[in-house]
Amino acid sequence: MYHPWIPNSDPKIKEDMLRSLGASFEDLIRDIPEKIRLRRELEIGFGRPLSEHEVSIILEKILSKNVVFKDPPPFLGGGVCPHAVPYVVKYILMRGEFYTAYTPYQAEINQGLMQVLFEYQSMIADLYDVDVVNSSMYDVSTATAEAIRMMMRITRKRGVLVPEKMNPFIKKVVETWIWPVDGVLIRYKIDPAEGILILDKFSENEIGGLYLENPSFLGEIIEETDLLNDYVKKKKFIFIVNAEPLSLGLLKPPGEYGADIVVGNGSSLGLGMNYGGPSLGILGIKMREEFIRQLPGRLIGATKEVDGDKKGFAMILQTREQHIRRERATSNITTNSALEAVAAAVYLSYVGEKGLRRLGESIYQRTVYMKNRVEKDLVGKACINSERRFFFRELPIRFITRSYREIHRELLKRGIHGGLLLDNLMEGMVNTSLFCVTELHSRSHIDLLIKTLAEVA
Amino acid sequence: MRWRQAYWDENFIQDKKRYGEGPLIPYEDDFREIKIDLPENILRRSSTGLPDLPEIEVVRHFIRLSQMSYGVDTGPVPLGSCTMKYNPKIADFLTQSPAITDVHPLQDEDTVQGLLEIIYLTERWLSEIVGMDKCSFQPPAGAAGELSGAIMIKRYHHDKGQMRDEMLIPDSAHGSNPASAAMAGFKVIRIPTSYKGTVDLDALRSVVSDKTAGIMLTNPNTLGIFEEDILEISDIIHKTGGLLYYDGANLNGILGIARPGDMGFDIVHLNLHKTFSSPHGGGGPGGGVVCARGELVDYLPRPLIMKEGSRYYWDYNCERCIGRISAFYGNIIPVIRTFIYIASLSGRGLREAGEIAIINTNYFIKRLMEKPYYQLPYDPSRPRKHEVVFSAKKILQETGVSAEDISKALLDEGFHAPTMYFPLIVDEALMIEFTETESRDVLDQYAEALNRIAEVAYKDPSLVKSSPRNTSVRRLDYVRANHPKTLAPTKKFLDKIW
Repeated sequence: MYHPWIPNSDPKIKEDMLRSLGASFEDLIRDIPEKIRLRRELEIGFGRPLSEHEVSIILEKILSKNVVFKDPPPFLGGGVCPHAVPYVVKYILMRGEFYTAYTPYQAEINQGLMQVLFEYQSMIADLYDVDVVNSSMYDVSTATAEAIRMMMRITRKRGVLVPEKMNPFIKKVVETWIWPVDGVLIRYKIDPAEGILILDKFSENEIGGLYLENPSFLGEIIEETDLLNDYVKKKKFIFIVNAEPLSLGLLKPPGEYGADIVVGNGSSLGLGMNYGGPSLGILGIKMREEFIRQLPGRLIGATKEVDGDKKGFAMILQTREQHIRRERATSNITTNSALEAVAAAVYLSYVGEKGLRRLGESIYQRTVYMKNRVEKDLVGKACINSERRFFFRELPIRFITRSYREIHRELLKRGIHGGLLLDNLMEGMVNTSLFCVTELHSRSHIDLLIKTLAEVA
Repeated sequence: MRWRQAYWDENFIQDKKRYGEGPLIPYEDDFREIKIDLPENILRRSSTGLPDLPEIEVVRHFIRLSQMSYGVDTGPVPLGSCTMKYNPKIADFLTQSPAITDVHPLQDEDTVQGLLEIIYLTERWLSEIVGMDKCSFQPPAGAAGELSGAIMIKRYHHDKGQMRDEMLIPDSAHGSNPASAAMAGFKVIRIPTSYKGTVDLDALRSVVSDKTAGIMLTNPNTLGIFEEDILEISDIIHKTGGLLYYDGANLNGILGIARPGDMGFDIVHLNLHKTFSSPHGGGGPGGGVVCARGELVDYLPRPLIMKEGSRYYWDYNCERCIGRISAFYGNIIPVIRTFIYIASLSGRGLREAGEIAIINTNYFIKRLMEKPYYQLPYDPSRPRKHEVVFSAKKILQETGVSAEDISKALLDEGFHAPTMYFPLIVDEALMIEFTETESRDVLDQYAEALNRIAEVAYKDPSLVKSSPRNTSVRRLDYVRANHPKTLAPTKKFLDKIW
């Protein structure tokens, strides 16, 4: 059969090629034992090759069963929120020279891609106030898992302190990744009066690091960053901070309050939600020799021509990586999220310093607006389920009079996708739903949500 | 071919002149009256260093940089074991649907039935292609699939109360195999390759024991040779209580022709960005899928896609599963691209892809071997499958021109180079995989280019050693790039090297 994606499937060319080999196709697979050869056609697809037109009709028909929430966008939180994806980003990502390139193993022919990745590394380093950022991890959960494994290798300790209300999606992934090396997560909480309280029994000698989420999973802005910094320095812990990149035009960067390793969810940087993936895991460090030696993932560095004057870029410190170091590599990561790193670089260039600051402020203002409305208009029906004062982008709302499950269904009936029910995800968050507001939520969207909640709650 | 890559002396975008206030933010005015009441000590005071640019400057910067890059859309990228297929354009556009890109991962299942149906169908198809019972899309890339598989094997033996801590891996394996096994806490036992280019069975028998957790194999292997003793290998491993793991990086060599499940493999991972034509994006994203059969299905990372009646849902039930390997359901866009790819080709088309991939490899071998320059180590009489590994050792010994020099000279011909210096068991290795999507003309031109470069090497080696000349920059200094005194991984270190 001929298919336009397979040029040599033209029967005449195929026959010519086999003739020049003096072989039949069967001869070319003579070393595949008879017993395991597939003697039938695979039962896949729709019975025959389909034209573009037919494929698009089938796909669109199936996808029409989805409900897309655009106006208002979903109020769903949980670490991923709806954000604008500028057309400039979509357009640049479609460039075949980036989209269809491999990892730039041949540096000289891929300088453009490498400059973009170097710009990404530099922008994120400045944003988080660290020195080195790798050219991407899969998502924030695997970036966090790798950061904790890195901490374990550096300190040779297996325990890490994690927030009592850690992002449960990240937590599940970290547990999987550290299980083979006996890693242990020990919960802590920040008490305004008593400082850092360790909630699980574990020998302090075996703790090597402290992991912080800022804003927290519940959207709480952490005010005690200086206290945490003093604490980790005193205990000689490695300080790992997961910060939302869009908050960093407004909030102090983690490097400034002592973070040794930073991680982040890059999905808000012009990637779209994509039902969870592809995403972008941010991973960066302060420049220290043992840190950079233990850093997983690809790094682009600056260099020059051997015999010329032109500046250039190359992949650096590859001896940390699997294709050279094999079982002694810092990680097995190979394919990463390079295209999403390109997207993030384009996005940050498009938004710019002033834009990012305004965006951070504006999202904060909307969070305040939403909080005020809940406290004013849902009195007796709902309250903010947190003792903290300041929130960014997400708000945990506890419902008092009616089960959130039912409220959620009522909202859906009215074309509103409510928040994320936390009952099964987190202890102590009874009948609480995590709502998210971003630059895509207008005042009338929020008003509509509050009005509907007042009616159905 | 005559070509010259573009060169733009393009400043870092952060260093460009600043303009304006940034883009328009939706509904910004709605909230202007709300004060930023945050305490001073948690506010940002330092600069983010980002530029403020008009839109046109942003577009030009990145378009110029794209012109200094090279992908499958530009020309062939026959990197061995990377399966750099043509990436169908229909999928670029269809995957832009808001019903895919604007869907929140935690939306109610009732609102994502369309997406779940596509994921379900794709899961059924992939299980059929590899002969497994069930697949999980959780791993975002091949190496994450390997890690999932290795942890599944560890859990399996753990549940059986057995202390099996040795993972057997051939010396020809992809580097990610031993790296993944080590991450899962295994000791890696290296199995040598026999003169035939396949697993040395005697060596294998001599190392299996009640400590053997399993073996990680790719078949065809990285030499492009089919492991013809696979059924015997399966027997040896299973008899001792171990499991067989299939690295799907090389699946293109048996697509529609043979299935890992029929060879005795228990766990399989697939690379949607290789075999199923999702683009590599300059290094990622990928799509790793890990599949299993029988009892091992219980160990797959959760959630798994399921169907009941006409309703699709995620099954989070995890009694023995290894947990989650990434935050949500894996990389969905490569999954949709896989759906489009399989729907477009069907069973017949996939078989055709597998056949032509094999014919292309062997045709290319024949064309290259018309001249005496390159050697084909390990039984040259044997047909290769999806890829082939040549050695340029003779050229190096006789002219001083290395596999790297030859690779750089290929760039001057307008071609991307093969994978060099891998697998490690071949000296001056050039590992080449065209896939089924390159035409005969490209295979002819590439073989001629390689032979022409070798001829030049014998006449004037300095010409080859001083390549590339037609790319945007000439040969780069990797020693300085990696030297601790000149290391510059971000802009703030640039004064050390520039």
